[in-house]
Amino acid sequence: MRRLVTLSVLGLVACGGGGEGGSGSSGDGDAAAVAPLGSASIAGVINFTGPSPSNPSIDMADEPACADKYADGPTDPIVVVNDGKLANVYVRITGGLPAGPYPLPAAATIDQNGCLYSPRVLGLMVGQDLKILNSDPMLHNIKAVPTENRGFNISQPREGMTTTRSFAVPEVMVPLECSVHGWMNAYVGVTDHPYFATSGSDGSLTITGLPAGTYQLEAWHETLGTQSTEVTVEADGSATVEFTFGAAS
Amino acid sequence: MNRHIALGLGSLTVVIVALGLSPAAARAQDVENGQAIYEKWCTGCHGDQGDGNGEAAAYMLPRPRDFTGAVYQIRTTASGELPTDADLRRVIGVGMPGTAMPGWEEKLSGGEIEDVVAYVKSFSRFFGGSAPAPQRIEATTAPRVTDEGPAEGRRLFVDELECVRCHGDAGRGDGTSAADLTDDWGFPIRATDLTENWNFNGGGSVESIYMRLRTGLDGTPMPSQSDAVDAGVITDVQLWLTAQYVRSLSPDKLPRVRDVIRAGLVTGDLPSGPADAAWEGVEPFFVPLVGQIIKAPRAFSPTVDNVWVQAQHNGREIAIRFSWHDPTDSPDAAWDVFFDRFTDAMTDVDGPHMPQQGPDIFSVMFPLQPSEGMELPYFLGGDARRPVYQFRWTSRPNALEVGTATGMGSFSGSASSDVRYLADFDAGEWSLQITRSLTTSEDSPATTFVPGEPIPIAFYVADGTSGEDDMRGSVSAWYSIYLNVPMPASVYIAPVIATVLTAVLGLALIWQTKKNERNS
Repeated sequence: MRRLVTLSVLGLVACGGGGEGGSGSSGDGDAAAVAPLGSASIAGVINFTGPSPSNPSIDMADEPACADKYADGPTDPIVVVNDGKLANVYVRITGGLPAGPYPLPAAATIDQNGCLYSPRVLGLMVGQDLKILNSDPMLHNIKAVPTENRGFNISQPREGMTTTRSFAVPEVMVPLECSVHGWMNAYVGVTDHPYFATSGSDGSLTITGLPAGTYQLEAWHETLGTQSTEVTVEADGSATVEFTFGAAS
Repeated sequence: MNRHIALGLGSLTVVIVALGLSPAAARAQDVENGQAIYEKWCTGCHGDQGDGNGEAAAYMLPRPRDFTGAVYQIRTTASGELPTDADLRRVIGVGMPGTAMPGWEEKLSGGEIEDVVAYVKSFSRFFGGSAPAPQRIEATTAPRVTDEGPAEGRRLFVDELECVRCHGDAGRGDGTSAADLTDDWGFPIRATDLTENWNFNGGGSVESIYMRLRTGLDGTPMPSQSDAVDAGVITDVQLWLTAQYVRSLSPDKLPRVRDVIRAGLVTGDLPSGPADAAWEGVEPFFVPLVGQIIKAPRAFSPTVDNVWVQAQHNGREIAIRFSWHDPTDSPDAAWDVFFDRFTDAMTDVDGPHMPQQGPDIFSVMFPLQPSEGMELPYFLGGDARRPVYQFRWTSRPNALEVGTATGMGSFSGSASSDVRYLADFDAGEWSLQITRSLTTSEDSPATTFVPGEPIPIAFYVADGTSGEDDMRGSVSAWYSIYLNVPMPASVYIAPVIATVLTAVLGLALIWQTKKNERNS
């Protein structure tokens, strides 16, 4: 009995695994009721070898309210490397999972801030809410251009406006873009399970709430391609995987 | 009471649903017949696989719709949702103005269109799945136009919804984000010129504009405003005011094409330039243009599709004012991205382009010699037998040359002190005034403008930002310009004399009749 309680607490924590700063309100009543399948976790480290590529600068002259947010001038954060660690790598489990249903994570949020998306790369489970926030004092339109899912193109003309959308079927990745600001790009990985995470600025990520098993993983980066690996994790245990991307691979 | 209302609404819904489905319900859709019709009329552009890759596809921008993804611009459903059958019927029936898609309602019966709808849907796995039927957005009723409405519509257009970012301050598709727009397939796409509602893909009425604001145009950069209404950022009434404002940017009525452009006779000075207020009262003539596709290199997707012409003369000189819409004063470095994408998309059919943007070009042509009978020079710049006299203006350098041509691209001319010109670019519109004496003193061959005689006139426009030049551009057929002649005094006196004479004769007849009666 005590073990069950612990599991569900861990499960709640795990819910946030895919999203950035979920808002607490869960999306779908039915799916949210599914208990976590386990409490094992996989920690990921994303390395980057070679000289850090420089990102292109963005001409935001027409948008001073955005440009002012960047002391050194805005750049397009395509490849973000800190101390040899790579950010914005989306890792998901591609094989080895028991059959669902899986718990549905709480809503994830994507922000339009400084005329860039934050986060730039994120995962969603099918049916999980994506809260789209405009933190800029100007018009953004957010346009999803999927192939497997239905897209959308929404006008957000006012600062603070939020819109919620979700995706119906798995698709890695769904590009998001802004037509007003052609440089704005984001990528959403949609899976039919909640076992995914995106590396932060320190190149680390954690996938939680797993049962014991041997899992296939795929790591995706928008310009550096994909890599796969396999890892075995014990019940309640933790395993570590490393991916290494290079400038010229 | 509430229950009564609910019942009432319920039966209303049943009625609406029944009405909405009636064409389909009356007759089952026949996919096989739809396929037969599709393969006869639609594959040329949309391809036999429905992927928009028919033989003619490369000649068009925007490209023909790819039906496999079921992404449709003109719907009455929310952004991202499938269209209703009625939406598809409508587009097939009336076509998509401003694109190559014609309407088929005169060629196909309602049942045939219904069958084509069924076949077109069969190309995409998004139809017929377990997804619920698309929900039609019911348009609310347009508010009555008030005195404050236009100003509020303008405020919404500029400040609140920021439509200007793509469509530009005057709505001519020249906004700061316009150069970098692409459709979902990566092709460059123009922000619609909102001052020409006859080219709106989904129709030019206030109701159509409102619905496009509601639904967005999927597959294009145009977003849906429905979430902004739902979030309380703007009200539904404000969306209507925006639609009414957009409608007000176009003429009330579709411009009429007339064969003869009238140059009114004025006494005294002619307008000094295209921005001269004296032009305001002068009747404008609308001239449609089409891409030059007869002779390589061609322009299958030209920027400019019409020019407005006004003219005046004072017996010594003639001034002609031309105005046309073009988002750019070419070359414009901010539009390099458009130029690159556009020329990439069209080089296969247009032929190789220059590596960078050229100037905008405007030419006006007249037969060099007076017409013998009905014969006109060849409409593409004349030929060796019947050359044309031509004014050729360029934006950069801002210059006008006068000369002759014996066919497209063969113009040879030079600056002329006989001809004055002034060009003005403002918010996506060029206006150009050319002024010349009716007869020229120079030895070089020139057309003489004789008042009272129709003089053939033709036009050519090129947009450097689309890689257009002296061959690739928009051409007109031959029109005529007619310089009004002073009315001889007899024109005014003759009717008076005739009236008086008729009255006198009439009275005489009455007098004679009465006299006869008395005598008998």
